[in-house]
Amino acid sequence: MPRYAALIYGDENPADLGDAQQWAAIMNEYNDFGATAGAAGVLAGGEALQPTTTATTVHVNGGKGGEVLTTDGPFAETKEVLGGFYLIDCADLDEAIRWAAQIPGAWHGRVEVRPVVDFTQQ
Amino acid sequence: MTEPLHRVVRHEGGSVLATLVRLTGDISLAEDAVQDAVEEALRRWPREGVPSNPAGWLTVVARNRALDVLRREAKRTQKEGDAVLLDEVTASFREDTTDSMVRDDMLRLVFTCCHPALSMESRVALSLRILCGVSTVEIARVFLVPDATVGQRISRAKKKIASAHIPYRVPADHELPDRLASVLVVVHAIVTAGHHSPEGRLDARADLAEEGIRLARLLCDLMPDEPECAGLLALALATHARRDARLDADGELVLLPQQDRSRWRLDEIREAEAVLDAAIHRRRAGPYQLQAAIACLHGLAATFDDTDWPQIAELYRMLERLQPTPVTRVNRAVAVGEAEGAAAGLRLLDDLDEAEVESWHLYWSARAELLVRVGRPADAVEAFERALACTPNDSDRRFLQRRRDEVSG
Repeated sequence: MPRYAALIYGDENPADLGDAQQWAAIMNEYNDFGATAGAAGVLAGGEALQPTTTATTVHVNGGKGGEVLTTDGPFAETKEVLGGFYLIDCADLDEAIRWAAQIPGAWHGRVEVRPVVDFTQQ
Repeated sequence: MTEPLHRVVRHEGGSVLATLVRLTGDISLAEDAVQDAVEEALRRWPREGVPSNPAGWLTVVARNRALDVLRREAKRTQKEGDAVLLDEVTASFREDTTDSMVRDDMLRLVFTCCHPALSMESRVALSLRILCGVSTVEIARVFLVPDATVGQRISRAKKKIASAHIPYRVPADHELPDRLASVLVVVHAIVTAGHHSPEGRLDARADLAEEGIRLARLLCDLMPDEPECAGLLALALATHARRDARLDADGELVLLPQQDRSRWRLDEIREAEAVLDAAIHRRRAGPYQLQAAIACLHGLAATFDDTDWPQIAELYRMLERLQPTPVTRVNRAVAVGEAEGAAAGLRLLDDLDEAEVESWHLYWSARAELLVRVGRPADAVEAFERALACTPNDSDRRFLQRRRDEVSG
């Protein structure tokens, strides 16, 4: 069966997230979707991402094994588009950057590293 | 009584905070705990006298505060994980903190605050706030941005450190060159802002350069085997030593040839030289050591004409090999212009890719001065005009207008 990635875009306004009630309502909607899609057997996985203020963009200069350049913030160019993703389990951001720098996209383009929300810590 | 406290907070506050960050793993919690400890000292020291080890006293009080907060939090959330964590933290709190532990704590905090995944602005603000204890208001005043902007930069950076798990550790040997570069560039930016921040208040800027020097000293102390730390300290000292001669009584910019050298602090230049000499013996040249050597040669020349230009031109040639930036190339051309004649300097400027330098006023002003000396005043005036078109600050602009008028008149 074909597999699809459903990428979720939206406004990122910390003021909205500060409203606990609104936040809870949105979480409920997502829980509903998770339950429905899970019961239908279509859900293969998914994660919530931390806000773009926690993002780090990695680029490797001059091809594989080249100089690793990191920038604070999300990938913001409009020419290049999202081409894929990996989920990686790492001890800390340094390790995540080290692995991100080995993804070919890091020298053919850019790799944005964004932490996943850990709901057990909320 | 607030005097000794102020001194302790200023000189040891950073290391007290660093220890608390290690114990709690949370910069904001650590800051609050240290702040509480300082307030308690304000209440108790006047009555009880200053303790024999003030920094140790602050550390103990702050860690008790942090422990209270963590206990309250664990009780509120009733989470098992938190309780286990709290036990671990409590156990490590009971250990004695030795001097070498404090040094390691501080070093870890330096690398965290200067992590390359943070923006340059955040690294500078965070380092000044966390490592030097400079207030948000003071930082805002020097960088001419609203207080709220600085506050936001710092709180965002702290949030990123926490949520993206930027580690609190000293990088491994193989990572050190890159990570150290990221630390040095932050300290250099702080010192440079102290000298060149456009229209910021003079006293605030001098303070900033001194904070930068204090950080550079700290780095030398924490990493005595890294000659580039010493190179940066020497560069900062030799540059800061010329602070009183850099502006005239009206606040106008004075260039090196016209500076009143009796206003240079010779003792500070000599200290820079001594720091640099010790570093050079390690025989691992680097950009900061080379720039420091150049600054020391300028500083030790009795007059502008006594300057050892051939040596400075050679140092710039070495620097260009390590750091082939337009800034280095323009500086080298100026030095060669003095050592071998204006025509030789001009040839080096002609070799530059104009697209890289055309919006940089110092390129145009260097070019203009060399053109004056080879007897092409009309071209020089045109170059001054180009410089004026891209000069950002008023003092530089007035200076260039004056030079242009002298040459055309």
